[in-house]
Amino acid sequence: MKKESRGLYFIEGLGILLGLLWIAPFYLMIVNAFKTKREIFSGVLGLPESLQWSNFIQAFQDLEFFKSLFNSVMITVLSVVIILFFSAMAGYALARNKSKLSGVLFLIFVAAMLIPFQSVMIPLISLFGQAEMLHAGGLIFMYLGFGCSLSIFLYHGAMTGISKSLDEAAIMDGANRFQVFWHVIFPLLKPISVTVGILNVIWIWNDYLLPSLVLSEENATIPLKMFYFFGQYTKQWHLALAGLTIAIIPVIIGYFFAQKQIIKGVSEGAVK
Amino acid sequence: MHNRSIAFWLFLTPVMLGLGLVVVVPFIYGFIFSFTDWDGLKATTFMGLENYVRLFKEEEFLSSIWFTTKFAFVSIVSLNVIGLGLALIVTRNIKANNVLRTVFFMPNLIGGLILGFIWQFIFVSVFNDIGELTGIAAFQGWLSNSETGFWGLVILTSWQMGGYIMIIYIAYLESIPKDLIEASKIDGANSFQRFKHITFPLVAPAFTVSMFLTLSTAFKIYDQNLSLTNGGPGNDTQMVAMEIVRTAFAENEMAYAQAKAVIFFMIVAVIALTQVYYNKKREVDL
Repeated sequence: MKKESRGLYFIEGLGILLGLLWIAPFYLMIVNAFKTKREIFSGVLGLPESLQWSNFIQAFQDLEFFKSLFNSVMITVLSVVIILFFSAMAGYALARNKSKLSGVLFLIFVAAMLIPFQSVMIPLISLFGQAEMLHAGGLIFMYLGFGCSLSIFLYHGAMTGISKSLDEAAIMDGANRFQVFWHVIFPLLKPISVTVGILNVIWIWNDYLLPSLVLSEENATIPLKMFYFFGQYTKQWHLALAGLTIAIIPVIIGYFFAQKQIIKGVSEGAVK
Repeated sequence: MHNRSIAFWLFLTPVMLGLGLVVVVPFIYGFIFSFTDWDGLKATTFMGLENYVRLFKEEEFLSSIWFTTKFAFVSIVSLNVIGLGLALIVTRNIKANNVLRTVFFMPNLIGGLILGFIWQFIFVSVFNDIGELTGIAAFQGWLSNSETGFWGLVILTSWQMGGYIMIIYIAYLESIPKDLIEASKIDGANSFQRFKHITFPLVAPAFTVSMFLTLSTAFKIYDQNLSLTNGGPGNDTQMVAMEIVRTAFAENEMAYAQAKAVIFFMIVAVIALTQVYYNKKREVDL
């Protein structure tokens, strides 16, 4: 027993050491974000002499943080709500129709997951450009197109656990299909909705390439704005790091409140 | 719901429109135009396989494929070692268990673009200072040549995705029945024997899952590439995704870039289909 617990101490020590190594980049980012330009030039390993809050104020203004945050939140929330709602509906319809046609449609949705973004990107931007759809609304629609495959797949899988007799009972009571879906099925799909929602939020919130091709600077999301901002302040690490710190804060807050669900959601999404 | 029921089709319409207009139509449209001189708006001549012949002769494209392949294989090894290692630590009965999981997983939630910028600072400024402090020359000049650019990308990816692969391994490790471990302890197996004969065989499927996941993610990486090295120095660390984006939007060669995109699709599809095949085969074997 004693030998075992000594082994555990060793593992715990190793784990903590690795944990410190893992957060070291964030630590170095924050510490240096509080320094002056000259301090960073003379060394990045020490602590700041005094806290330069002015770095954060300038980065905050140049990032137009509230505006970029608003854009990111709007686009992410609307896209994810639309993806959840329509994918759940489709997953339900496909699972309840056992015909060959339904099977083929499901297969098409799943097979579309094989297509990487970059291989449709050029014609997509060209077609949506000609239709004058290169704006936030068009972007949200694109997210539905790219996000629905995995979401339908996960919903379809979850439907196997929901008995058909529930549908039949509700229809006997005079409900139409949509009412059955909305009042009976969708609430039962809540656990998988959490998973699907988390996976899509992580992806859309952090996406850079697609918004960079679709949105104007006026409607820039946080990653997009960060890219412009960084280009403006190369070699001025004190400001760049303050900007990066600010850009990460919303994610850290979200992670703090929902870490259990996030880790559970991600592991379900990956293993399936 | 039957094929002829209106509800069935109404429920499917939004996603069919979405997938159709965003993925299927551009995919077919792009495939057709990759055989022409399409400039993004119109095509005037059919060029047969000319774009494809050209890309197989273009050194920049081929070297981006080679760089990406090398990167993918090195990442598979490092990510699985790190992911399994971390998972083995945090599934033991230690106090820091939950905190460590949270910490290791955190980089996954932050976008590759932002993480790439942070690591640019680490590799260039922090490494440089560590080098000066310790006198170890290997810490200096990071990201200034293709060698350190390559390893920089590997380190960034391993750090970012290590926690994700860890989560996959945890799922498998925690499904190992406790009494199996107990029984082996009573039989006098030491922890190495337990790992070799019980843990490893039961966790092996996780390796397949994370190998393919790593492989296809590694092939599609763009953001980290852009923010960490921007493909440089020169085009030495340019990966396939970035090469395609540049051919299209910097060099304005739409049809040619699309031909590259078609080849890119084929590579990614072959990887994914191999995985499907393996999974099916494993299910049959079981």
